[in-house]
Amino acid sequence: MKDQSEYIRLALPKGRLLSPTANLLKEITLNFRGYSDNTRRYRLRAAGFSHLLAKIFREKDIPIQVAIGNYDLGICGLDWVEELLARYPSSALVKISSLNYGEGGIYVVASHQTGISNIDELSARQSNWRVASEYPNLAQGFALNLRMKAFKIFPVWGAAEVYPPEDANLAILWAKDESEIETQGLIPLIKLLSVNASLIANRESLEKRDMNQILKCFSPKLVSKPRANTTVIVGLGRSNHVTFCPPEKARRIKLALPDGHQQLPAAQFLKQVGLDIYGYTTGALNRRPSTDLDWLGIKVIRPQDMPLQVANGNFDLAITGSDWLLEHLYRFPSSPVMKLLDLGFGKVKIVAAVSKDMPITNVDDLSSFIQSGKIALLRVASEYINIADKYLRDNYINPYKLIPTWGASEAFLPEDADLLIDNIQTGKTLAQHDLKVIDVLFESTACLIGSKDNVSPPDKKEKTEFLIQALRRGLL
Amino acid sequence: MESQRCKGMRDLLRKDMACFRHIEDAFRTCCTRWGYQEVRTPTLEYLHLFTATGTLTPSKLNKTYSFLDWDGWSGERVVLRPDGTIPVARLYINNLSEYEIAKLFYVTNIFAFEETGRENRERWQCGAEFLGGVGLTADVEIISLAKEVVCKLGLNNIRLQLSHAGLMKALIKELNLSHGEEAKITDRVLDGDWQALMEAKTTKPELNRLLSPLLNLKGKSSDFLQNIKALCQQVSSDLKSSMEDFINITTLLDSLSCNYEIDIMAIRGFEYYTGVCFQLLADGKKIGGGGRYDNLIPLMGGGNVPACGFALYVDPIMGLLPLENKKRNACGILIRAEEPALEVAKTCFTLAQSLRETGHTVEVSFSEQKPDNYRWVISISRTEPDQFTIIDCKQQRQWNVASVAEILDILAK
Repeated sequence: MKDQSEYIRLALPKGRLLSPTANLLKEITLNFRGYSDNTRRYRLRAAGFSHLLAKIFREKDIPIQVAIGNYDLGICGLDWVEELLARYPSSALVKISSLNYGEGGIYVVASHQTGISNIDELSARQSNWRVASEYPNLAQGFALNLRMKAFKIFPVWGAAEVYPPEDANLAILWAKDESEIETQGLIPLIKLLSVNASLIANRESLEKRDMNQILKCFSPKLVSKPRANTTVIVGLGRSNHVTFCPPEKARRIKLALPDGHQQLPAAQFLKQVGLDIYGYTTGALNRRPSTDLDWLGIKVIRPQDMPLQVANGNFDLAITGSDWLLEHLYRFPSSPVMKLLDLGFGKVKIVAAVSKDMPITNVDDLSSFIQSGKIALLRVASEYINIADKYLRDNYINPYKLIPTWGASEAFLPEDADLLIDNIQTGKTLAQHDLKVIDVLFESTACLIGSKDNVSPPDKKEKTEFLIQALRRGLL
Repeated sequence: MESQRCKGMRDLLRKDMACFRHIEDAFRTCCTRWGYQEVRTPTLEYLHLFTATGTLTPSKLNKTYSFLDWDGWSGERVVLRPDGTIPVARLYINNLSEYEIAKLFYVTNIFAFEETGRENRERWQCGAEFLGGVGLTADVEIISLAKEVVCKLGLNNIRLQLSHAGLMKALIKELNLSHGEEAKITDRVLDGDWQALMEAKTTKPELNRLLSPLLNLKGKSSDFLQNIKALCQQVSSDLKSSMEDFINITTLLDSLSCNYEIDIMAIRGFEYYTGVCFQLLADGKKIGGGGRYDNLIPLMGGGNVPACGFALYVDPIMGLLPLENKKRNACGILIRAEEPALEVAKTCFTLAQSLRETGHTVEVSFSEQKPDNYRWVISISRTEPDQFTIIDCKQQRQWNVASVAEILDILAK
């Protein structure tokens, strides 16, 4: 077995870019077996290139992994590269070239109901603009450069398109083109960035390491002229769109339902309590599903984003996991969000795990392991950065560095992180990746959350109470 | 051992602090004599104070330390104070707006991210603001006060550069650009790229006649501005009134024998200036600057209050003032005993207290180390704690005494 440092390390994307990237790699004879949509493996080898190792990451993680030098090369969308550079312009990241696929753009979009007719109005108006985006750094740069007088950025884990107009004035999101935005009932205001899949490299690796064999393979596929990152005013005035959302007044109570893993059990639970929801099915998900209750407005968003949304009064009620509620409350102790009901389904354990090879069995061992100098700095990968941070502080673990991840955190160990704080259902995935649990932090189940600050008029209170009671019945 | 200090942060050591206090004292003395009163603003402020047009430029804003506080779930960001003036304007609006005039000064740190980490990310400023200060007399007061502090510090090769933000903005307006283009040029100019003004095509020959000498020459008296004014008569009223204002200020400075050079390119980074602005240099280094900012308080939601002010940059000034590393306590008294036996220690502390009450600087030591750098050393023996040996280190003389009164007699000689 070679030493890790002898390998050229390549970070490959999951998700949207996976299959075009797999096609590209095949064409250039870098054939990674197992790099396909249904893969369960994270570490891959290319036939014929014994010194090349690849690992699969969420796209968003790739620029960070390459910038900190865990990977020499990476392929991801330019959007995530620019998102990193917007906040950390001196990152050790080199954009080698665009690749000929994954086209799209980062757009600033608004709803028809926002009533903006000109981009200059964004800076001229006194209103406190609310911007929802998966790209909070690009969003902040946009707001500052436009000289918005007052603004708030709401970072979201996904589904930014569903926030305007009720829960944000603007969203900044990736879209294939303008027409895709228009079909979502939104208006594209500005294209901030043209996005392609891009080949990126760690600066030091490019300066010092011999990677020419790999780069040669890529060279016929590199787009010779890198695209300029332009800010194009897309233009407005196409006002003949159908307004998708019903007027806000008609929907007095606003409920957020989860997508992803929690969607199916949540849908079953709601059915069981007699609440019929149309369009909340895994096959064809409508992000604004409907019910027979004309006063109930529903949106489907990421469970991670719900506590912040409820805290800000964008939703009255939401079904999320108690893990995400706790993550929010650790970050914002004075937040008005509270658990109203424990719904019992979607049970997971939040655990601390390490590689099987690490000679420790519990968290006290971990502390002495670090004190003995066997690791200089504990690298901790987690989706739950505030829970992880508190856990490490409470257990006097020092020094450590947190690596925020966006899912699939188990892939980080052992090369790119030493400790994992993650949720498990059965523990099978951990075992498959040669990891072991050293501590259980807590158990998490789905719960209904609301806000303490919610001072509603009596009829609204009555309806909220009606919903809570209906859900409570399901628990009997 | 590897340094554990944060990148871009600086420890101020003993000699640095002596120098810092020297600067601060000179600044405080001058401001107080001019009738200014000290205030202090908090380190954290809301980001939105600094984001509106007319406050800080985007390039400055991109370097602020901004984050969500523990109660920041509403998305309201806070910043580590990136500027000294805007918080003082906020303080005035919140607390002092019933006063038409407030003359305030402050000593504060400001924070700006500097990419390499080799320069300071935390910088200290001594600033003064004349809130409600109208007209050229207030401008000249601020310039004179700043200059007085710098002179009092004994800095060498002091230069005062004058510019005028109103004039600069009127010049850009003359170019008749679209709103977007105009904003772009203003941002470039504020970032120090004056070439942008020259590059902008203009069809007005008069404007070229004005721009070229203004950007390329350094005037030394109000006559320079009078000459330029004579060159072009067909300009906007904004430009004319800014020019008039600039001429009046320089004329008053001339009559006060205050030397300066007119360097229109001397302002940058601050969008809030509206009138005359200035920069101070010593030995070629920028050590301070200021100017008039009449729109800032109205823009922040305060009344229609004109204002002007300045700040001196403590860090470069410290570099220019090589203060002698004063010998510590060279004139002080050391009371020493070789062993901290209870009775002996009690005598030492009681004696030290009595001497301090008469105005002496006194240290107590129980170590065996040889005393250094003291004018007087008083030793107490373990066996006879009421007997003292007093040594005059300067005159090389020694006495044996048995009371505080005797010691005071010897010290007074």
